[in-house]
Amino acid sequence: MRSDRDASAPLGLKIAAALGMLFLHLPLLLIFVYAFTTEEKSYQWPPPGLTTQWLGVAWNRPDVWAALALSVKVAAISTAIAVVLGTLCAAAVSRSKFFGREAISLLVILPIALPGIITGISLRSAFNLMDIPFSTWTIVLGHATFCVVVVYNNAVARFRRTSGSMIEASYDLGADGFQTFRHVVLPNIGTALLAGGMLAFALSFGEVIVTTFTAGQQQTLPIWMLEELVRPRQRPVTNVVAMVVVLVTLLPILAAYYLTRDGDQVAGSGK
Amino acid sequence: MSLAPSFSDGAPAVLPARGGLRGHLSDAFWHRPGLLLVLMLAPPVLWLGVVYLGALFALLLQSFFSIDEFSGLISREFTLKTYGELLQPTNLDIIVRTVVMAALVTIASVFVAFPIAYYAARYARGKWKALFYLGIMLPLWSSYLVKIYAWKLILAKEGILGWLLAKLHLTWLLDAWLSLPVVGGNSLSVSFTGTFIVFVYVWLPFMILPIQASLERVAGNLVEASADLGASPGQTFRNVLFPLALPGIVAGSIFTFSLTLGDYIIPQIVGTSRLFIGQAVYAHQGTAGNIPLAAAFTVVPIIVMGVYLWMAKRMGAFDAL
Repeated sequence: MRSDRDASAPLGLKIAAALGMLFLHLPLLLIFVYAFTTEEKSYQWPPPGLTTQWLGVAWNRPDVWAALALSVKVAAISTAIAVVLGTLCAAAVSRSKFFGREAISLLVILPIALPGIITGISLRSAFNLMDIPFSTWTIVLGHATFCVVVVYNNAVARFRRTSGSMIEASYDLGADGFQTFRHVVLPNIGTALLAGGMLAFALSFGEVIVTTFTAGQQQTLPIWMLEELVRPRQRPVTNVVAMVVVLVTLLPILAAYYLTRDGDQVAGSGK
Repeated sequence: MSLAPSFSDGAPAVLPARGGLRGHLSDAFWHRPGLLLVLMLAPPVLWLGVVYLGALFALLLQSFFSIDEFSGLISREFTLKTYGELLQPTNLDIIVRTVVMAALVTIASVFVAFPIAYYAARYARGKWKALFYLGIMLPLWSSYLVKIYAWKLILAKEGILGWLLAKLHLTWLLDAWLSLPVVGGNSLSVSFTGTFIVFVYVWLPFMILPIQASLERVAGNLVEASADLGASPGQTFRNVLFPLALPGIVAGSIFTFSLTLGDYIIPQIVGTSRLFIGQAVYAHQGTAGNIPLAAAFTVVPIIVMGVYLWMAKRMGAFDAL
């Protein structure tokens, strides 16, 4: 327990913490301003004027839509795979102690603990060795691999809080394993899975490092942005796309937060 | 279901087996928990083992191949020649530059992250606590590329930072800094200073979270006891709080260090033309087609991180993750 003396922080600490939070958030807010600037050629600040015309221009760009569609497709499939694999793994690890349990947790965390470039180039060289052509599925293969850990973290934390006696009670009352899973386990871990799935979606949707190695000529939205950053062709459209990416990732994160806020704060453990 | 157990004539000590495939399966899982465990573990372990470890192994394997200088083809014979190439001065430069940058980024992140983590862990209550939590989570999870893009906007010559400094009549300070060797450049967005700032920004949440977690575990009465025993706030910080937060700092540094070592997009977009390990890997595997050298380069961060993790484990950092 903390005493009341802690109620007020020293001024210096308050200022340092506030500055730190501003440092974290102002850059993201800036994206929203730039999406409406009238300046086309440079990153001039303050914007000479504000306009909504670039929203329309971006709306009519087929390449942006194609990239968005691919991103959503990849993120959806990867999330689905990650939810299944992550839940299975979490259930196994949390319901029993077995030889190699630590190794399993390490295996799940490894793809996110090692730099993305290692995952990326590993997959690339494996595709190379096996002569696998690039496709949506090669991207999914990479994304699902590092998304598993997100679902796993959320599910493990929820399993830890779910008491085993409820499952035993269900068996005692005559339910079989599948009924127990459907009526007892699933309702308990449902929101944690949903939250993990949303974070996995956000992670996959914004991922670029692994994707550059596994996409070949295909463009996901972040890859499209990367090309624009390296060789700028239409800055205003890039600004709009950046804003869209922020919004698309923001909503699942907020939703995941509200789904898990009553429990332990697990959504952020790991990347 | 006619085979369903009947309770009317006195419940038997052992229920009869359930009927149907589903029932049999359910019973089998109950009698042999190991079977269920194996079935549950098989898909994730197969996926990660085959896709991830398999690919990692393929990569390590290729680092022992070499590229034929004349034909540009990869010869699949075991050799250490590629690792020898790593020791050439240009490649060694890249490695040193990356490791130094990773170390600097890690140290700076600790300084920026600590006050935030400390405030969030010990002073923020109720609404503020939630706000801090979301405030750290949102930048953590939002798109990596967008964050870099935001800094491209900020650091550009005509961008907001230049504008702000001009308003404060501090442009001379920026110019003086940019004229320095190594850290300077034409503008912040093409200098190592810019690269450094963006690295710190992008990895900062990874440092805040473990520090906050370790600080939350420090009991408040320890701090009070220290004060009661006559320690000044500074002494309490040095002798009580900091040692207890250290595992969290080390845990956070694993992320900032590892992520900086492997990154190739930040230095490419905000930085100079001098390469980092990640860029070298990307360049060698891409246009140059020299996958063996790229693979050998990736082994460097793996080894550095291996040593780092080993030291971190000895300091008890894993309990703070």
